[in-house]
Amino acid sequence: MSVSKNWTVLAVPVISVLFGLLAGAIIMLVSGNDPAAGYAALWNGAFGDSFYTGETLRQMTPYVFAGLAVAFAFRTGLFNIGVEGQLLVGWLASVWVGLAFELPKFIHLPLAILAGAAAGAAWGFIPGFLKARLRVHEVIVTIMMNYTALHVTNYFIRDVISDGADATDPVHETASLQSEFLQSITDFSSLHNGIYLAVVAAILMWFMLEKTTLGYELRAVGYNQHASEYAGMSVNRNIILSMVISGAFAGIGGSMQGLGTFGNMFINSGFSGIGFDGIAVALLGGNTAIGVVLAALLFGALKVGSLNMPIESGVPNELVEIVIALIIFFVASSYMITWLLGRFKKKEAK
Amino acid sequence: MDALTIIALIVSSSLFAATPLIFTALGGVFSEKSGVVNIGLEGLMIIGAFTAIVFNLTFADTFGSATPWVALLAAMLAGGLLSLLHGLASITFRADQVVSGVAINFLALGLSLFLVKLLYDKGQTDMIKMNFIKKDIPFLSDIPIIGDIFFGDIARPTILAFAIAIISWFVLYKTPFGLRLRSVGEHPMAADTMGVNVAKTRYIAVFISGLLGGLGGAVYAQSISLDFSHATITGQGFMALAAMIFGKWHPLGAMGAAIFFGFAQSLSIVSSNIPFLQDVPDVYLLIAPYVLTILALAGFIGRADAPKASGTPYVKGSR
Repeated sequence: MSVSKNWTVLAVPVISVLFGLLAGAIIMLVSGNDPAAGYAALWNGAFGDSFYTGETLRQMTPYVFAGLAVAFAFRTGLFNIGVEGQLLVGWLASVWVGLAFELPKFIHLPLAILAGAAAGAAWGFIPGFLKARLRVHEVIVTIMMNYTALHVTNYFIRDVISDGADATDPVHETASLQSEFLQSITDFSSLHNGIYLAVVAAILMWFMLEKTTLGYELRAVGYNQHASEYAGMSVNRNIILSMVISGAFAGIGGSMQGLGTFGNMFINSGFSGIGFDGIAVALLGGNTAIGVVLAALLFGALKVGSLNMPIESGVPNELVEIVIALIIFFVASSYMITWLLGRFKKKEAK
Repeated sequence: MDALTIIALIVSSSLFAATPLIFTALGGVFSEKSGVVNIGLEGLMIIGAFTAIVFNLTFADTFGSATPWVALLAAMLAGGLLSLLHGLASITFRADQVVSGVAINFLALGLSLFLVKLLYDKGQTDMIKMNFIKKDIPFLSDIPIIGDIFFGDIARPTILAFAIAIISWFVLYKTPFGLRLRSVGEHPMAADTMGVNVAKTRYIAVFISGLLGGLGGAVYAQSISLDFSHATITGQGFMALAAMIFGKWHPLGAMGAAIFFGFAQSLSIVSSNIPFLQDVPDVYLLIAPYVLTILALAGFIGRADAPKASGTPYVKGSR
């Protein structure tokens, strides 16, 4: 029983990805392109040489954090759509700390990352608190917090940190995640040290959820609030805690952008999309740490590789957005996939 | 500028900005009243905006000045079709409705930008030539003072928005269909016991929300942005969602909230002309709709309760 159950757990994401890619191929065929050439260009653009591999891993870094943030909240039964906003305030806070202080690197860099985590955590605390105290649905609050974050961070960049400029100065070298070593082995891609932190964060989330009392309580609240309450756990405390930790992960995702990828922050006219992609990453990864890392790698490769599609094969890179949307769609409709699998097995049994 | 001109300007630009939000927020009301959360409003607006612009560019010569109106119909159809996908996932396949809505948003953006590249071989479309313009309403705008303020410079879709809001209220609260729709959203099992087809009712409601969401996007595209690119619809769908909640899931409330949000938007644009608003940083007006929605949900501005069964798929025979 448990073997076949495990098999289904793996089958849903794998089948969803295959369905998504298949649908992408059909769209390419219908629109008069060659699917084989399109996907070959995608592969070359993601892993074709060391530069592209570096770019893929760099793109994967914030995805891991965004995915962990969404997954962590999911495990407590909360849907954190606010990763996008938490990421923005984390980005701003770490860049600000990276600019404002002159400190030795071993203090400055951790401090800047912690600032990002704290800002994200604070942004996550508000929906957590409203959910715990007033039973306000976290989905709507986090969406509204996203737009608030977008306008507030833009205001800070334009009117507080700088004087009417569109971007901040680059952060001091002592707060930077950029790595000459990683750049040199990847043919000067923008890969930075954040990738190590992403792996550490994934291990940390696994340990926290599976091996600590805190994690046990958080998961218990996610399974059954009433049973947890009856067993003497504070449901409200765990809801707030879960959103705060989730927000902290998202905030560090922002630090990755601010201290690593870009080295500064600029006015955003819209969202980066990383927070929303994080939902897809978490869902595809089954809300587990290892699943999130693998899904982040897949989405990083799809995003970076897609940029090569118009150049090599003439397929618009937006095709990948459609494929990602369909993958989410299929994962969400896992009821359909398990039902189909069930039908399949029954026929075999006969 | 004298006070009267400023007031007339604010009213006119508020209504202008509010119109697409009214349509989309009404779409949200239909879907959520039937128990299906629709985060996909943003995507429905995107597909509506895209369809309207493409239709407008293609058929401008055929339909002449009627083009924007015919384009509205095409956009509604596109929105309706896309929303059926949301219905399929969240009603038949029992998917998480929020997740399915997120997928709809991704899909609409990806699909429309993909098609723009295929059709026009560039990232954005040309500007449309046939668009909705603001005109005085005959007779009513001749009324002294009030006429200038409320009936001068009104785009025709605004009148349509008011009409649809009132029709929506009538349909939802005064017809048997509306009663069924609301009962399915409050207590689907009870409705099922009384012989209401829960799945069918929810499909119809989601389809209507798609029609209205597409309409909202089309009106936005043909009166405000006038072309289609990745930046055409950036958050208007979510703002409509906010309007729906701020309006407490009531059609007229949603309309009022949409007008209020339009007012906040237009203030941030015209505030430089108004003496005591000049010194207020834009950011406060920009975040006002979102912060107010959070406050409304937290119960500071009257309690806002969602339909009870909102967000849960109905499985026959479950308790």
